[in-house]
Amino acid sequence: MAYKIRVNGVDRAVDVDGDTPLLWVLRDVLGLTGSKFGCGMALCGACTVHLDGSPIRSCVTAIEDVGASAITTVEAIGDTPAGKRIQRAWLDLEVVQCGYCQSGQIMSASALLASNPHPTDSEINDAMSGNICRCGTYVRIREAIKQAAKSRVDK
Amino acid sequence: MLLDRFTSFAGGSSGSSPESVSRRTFLKAGAAAGGGLLVSVTISKAIGDAEAADADAFAPDAFIRIDRSGQVTLIIPQVEMGQGTYTSMPMLIAEELEVELNQVRIEHAPPDDRLFGNSILGFQVTGGSTSVRAFWEPLRMAGATARSMLVSAAAASWQANASSCRAEKGEVIHIPTGGRLAYGALVDKAAKLPTPGNVALKDPKDFKLIGTSAKRLDAPDKVNGKAEFGIDVKVLGMKIAAVAACPVIGGKLAHVDDWKAKSVRGVRRVIRLEDAVAVIADHMWAAKKGLAALDIAWDDGKNADVSTADIVKQLEDAANRPAVVAKREGDVAKAMAGAVKTVDAVYQLPFLAHATMEPMNCTAHVRNDGCDVWVGTQVATRARAAAAAVTGLPLEKVQVHNHLLGGGFGRRLDVDNITQAVQIAREVDFPVKVVWSREEDIQHDVYRPYYYDRLAAGLDEKGLPIAWSHRVVGSSIEARWAPPAFVNGLDSDAVEGAAGPYAFPNVLVDYVRQEPPPGLTTGWWRGVGMTHNAFMVEGFIDELAASAKHDPVAYRRALLETNSRMRAVLDLAAEKAGWSEALPAGVGRGVAVMFGFGTYIAEIAEVTVGKDGQVRVQRVVCAVDCGRTVNPDTIKAQIEGGIIFGITAALYGEITLEKGRVVQSNFDTYQMLRIDEAPAIEVHVIDSDAESGGIGEPGTSAIAPAVVNAIFAATGKRLRRLPIKPADLKSA
Repeated sequence: MAYKIRVNGVDRAVDVDGDTPLLWVLRDVLGLTGSKFGCGMALCGACTVHLDGSPIRSCVTAIEDVGASAITTVEAIGDTPAGKRIQRAWLDLEVVQCGYCQSGQIMSASALLASNPHPTDSEINDAMSGNICRCGTYVRIREAIKQAAKSRVDK
Repeated sequence: MLLDRFTSFAGGSSGSSPESVSRRTFLKAGAAAGGGLLVSVTISKAIGDAEAADADAFAPDAFIRIDRSGQVTLIIPQVEMGQGTYTSMPMLIAEELEVELNQVRIEHAPPDDRLFGNSILGFQVTGGSTSVRAFWEPLRMAGATARSMLVSAAAASWQANASSCRAEKGEVIHIPTGGRLAYGALVDKAAKLPTPGNVALKDPKDFKLIGTSAKRLDAPDKVNGKAEFGIDVKVLGMKIAAVAACPVIGGKLAHVDDWKAKSVRGVRRVIRLEDAVAVIADHMWAAKKGLAALDIAWDDGKNADVSTADIVKQLEDAANRPAVVAKREGDVAKAMAGAVKTVDAVYQLPFLAHATMEPMNCTAHVRNDGCDVWVGTQVATRARAAAAAVTGLPLEKVQVHNHLLGGGFGRRLDVDNITQAVQIAREVDFPVKVVWSREEDIQHDVYRPYYYDRLAAGLDEKGLPIAWSHRVVGSSIEARWAPPAFVNGLDSDAVEGAAGPYAFPNVLVDYVRQEPPPGLTTGWWRGVGMTHNAFMVEGFIDELAASAKHDPVAYRRALLETNSRMRAVLDLAAEKAGWSEALPAGVGRGVAVMFGFGTYIAEIAEVTVGKDGQVRVQRVVCAVDCGRTVNPDTIKAQIEGGIIFGITAALYGEITLEKGRVVQSNFDTYQMLRIDEAPAIEVHVIDSDAESGGIGEPGTSAIAPAVVNAIFAATGKRLRRLPIKPADLKSA
């Protein structure tokens, strides 16, 4: 059936079954491939997007449950103050290696920073331990979140 | 190791020996199609001097194109899988060409062994930590030659002497007048000049870019979702396929009832392969629903009852069979007989999956007159050959469009996913993207072999080894993947580093090949043979130190008298880790050293072991000497990541079989280390101007033995098998 969703500030209409996970709507129907498929079971976090600012695993979120909530993906996270700071810190500290999981890492980290401007180590663990990085960039992810927390919001 | 074998069967010198690898570079410059200057780089490989003198006999290994806008494009065979190659290769060019790093762009090379062979491995491949080692001099020479030609062209325009001109930031400057000409304005003129021979390379002390932590060129697109991995390809008219291969290793498809699947909205086709079935649909979810709606009967075949225990039993039995000698020095039997004490042990390592974050995938479009393949691969020419074999098309009718790799770790050195995707795509007249589920990815991997090794040592009155024997028993990856490397029953990768970096007076290393049941394929895994042997050797050395009641660092030091670079990293790691400082109860420190890929490394792990047996690695200190460095920050990043990769394997990594099926399926049963478990990591890089060593793999290879040795220090329990099982360490 037809669903109207709002993605990165734009209204989109898609015609899929209601149980279709948001991830495949984004990737295969709308062509927004920044959100990644990693496990399909909310175990790795590569598919993380924001629903009204909260991080969710789009691989297990059915399109029929999205409703009127605003969806933000990595393609637009740089337009948010927290997302912009996170992206900059990621570049400053050279976090990425293969880069495949980093969309999800950045979405989780941006949501953390937006809701908690100065996260502690254990708060970083809580927010980020659902995101696997096979290249092992964890040491830098932690440092980049701390640096982003210290950096000033752009005017 | 792998590298040695490739160079040795190619007739070259060892890729991992400390001695300099002698290769020669040939350059040819001329006009680029469509205007500009094109420099082709050819590296002589494994060919005698007489032939090597004739540069025309070779096809180029890389191209550098400078267009009329001054844009520099580097076309190289290496792929980017996280290791930083797309930054380090442009750095080599930019340094000598005198352009800013951001003026250099990279293009994926099309598949062609003749054009893009890796000079160490002999064909187009990214693996074995070879990229910087292969291209260190050739790319610098290419940059220097192009710069020299541009300077000559500018000098001619000014009717000046070239020596009165210099190059800087993409321009040639006439020093006396301050006149400037941009490279873009000079390329056509330069292209008409003869290629100069013997252009001098910079003295390393004058490097402006090499040796600095220049920013990764691939990073910006990896933080905003723009980076395109193989799985992200969009082709007009493309459909998506989900696939299920026979869950029993080596089994076949018997029968499929597909009427329910065909009624799932969006499902287009059901494709039957010999050992798998695929559902093609408008999008992945429809394909997955279609797949779930199939009623499939499998022919389990001969492996229907195979379990890991059967395979281990076969390996154990094989250990008693006659072995092929890999290394024999002195007389081990005699030395053992005369030893004050002998120690022996069996060490084992499990099958491992790669679990790259980007699951295996491949997009293919098969037509009567050609085939296109979109994929991220470490072996583009093999990808093309695989597609040609399935379609029956000649090689030149197959186009491989290579992409960024969402992790490689050796998995993308195989092309089974490409063969399968082309088999599916040839059944339809539109492009198909085949995406494996995570379960398919883990259950149909090419696995790191299970190894069952027997080690023995004879000790003198001081407790130092006077005899060392190591029998390696396991599958041969070379026999399948690089048959010319598998000579006289010996797999050189399986035995690489089997006597460690030590100088023992009497050594015997031998090998028994024992393959798992047909259908279970073994393959390269990060750190290759070194990851296997460093675990066996460094664990066993630690046992010897303990049996002699020596400190583990001091004991290794004593065995490395003549190996000054190895000893230097050991000393540095020990100093930085505070080796001699006391630790609280339940905490232990363990050390391991390794020489491989041309790199010397020492790692010291600090672990805690809970009463419940849970192990936590809280700190790792690494000292590494990988010769001269192109980008120090990339080296640190590779070591940090390599350590995490190795800890994941030590704590969790294990693929097991029951009734012929892989038991593990997703990240709940095949676990990865997560951020809350990640240790603090310190990497200390030794300043060196020796030849560059590889860096993608050493970090992984040395960490597991450091961790088990630290567990021994904390608990007195010696683990000779991975993964570490908390049940074995419970103290309550």
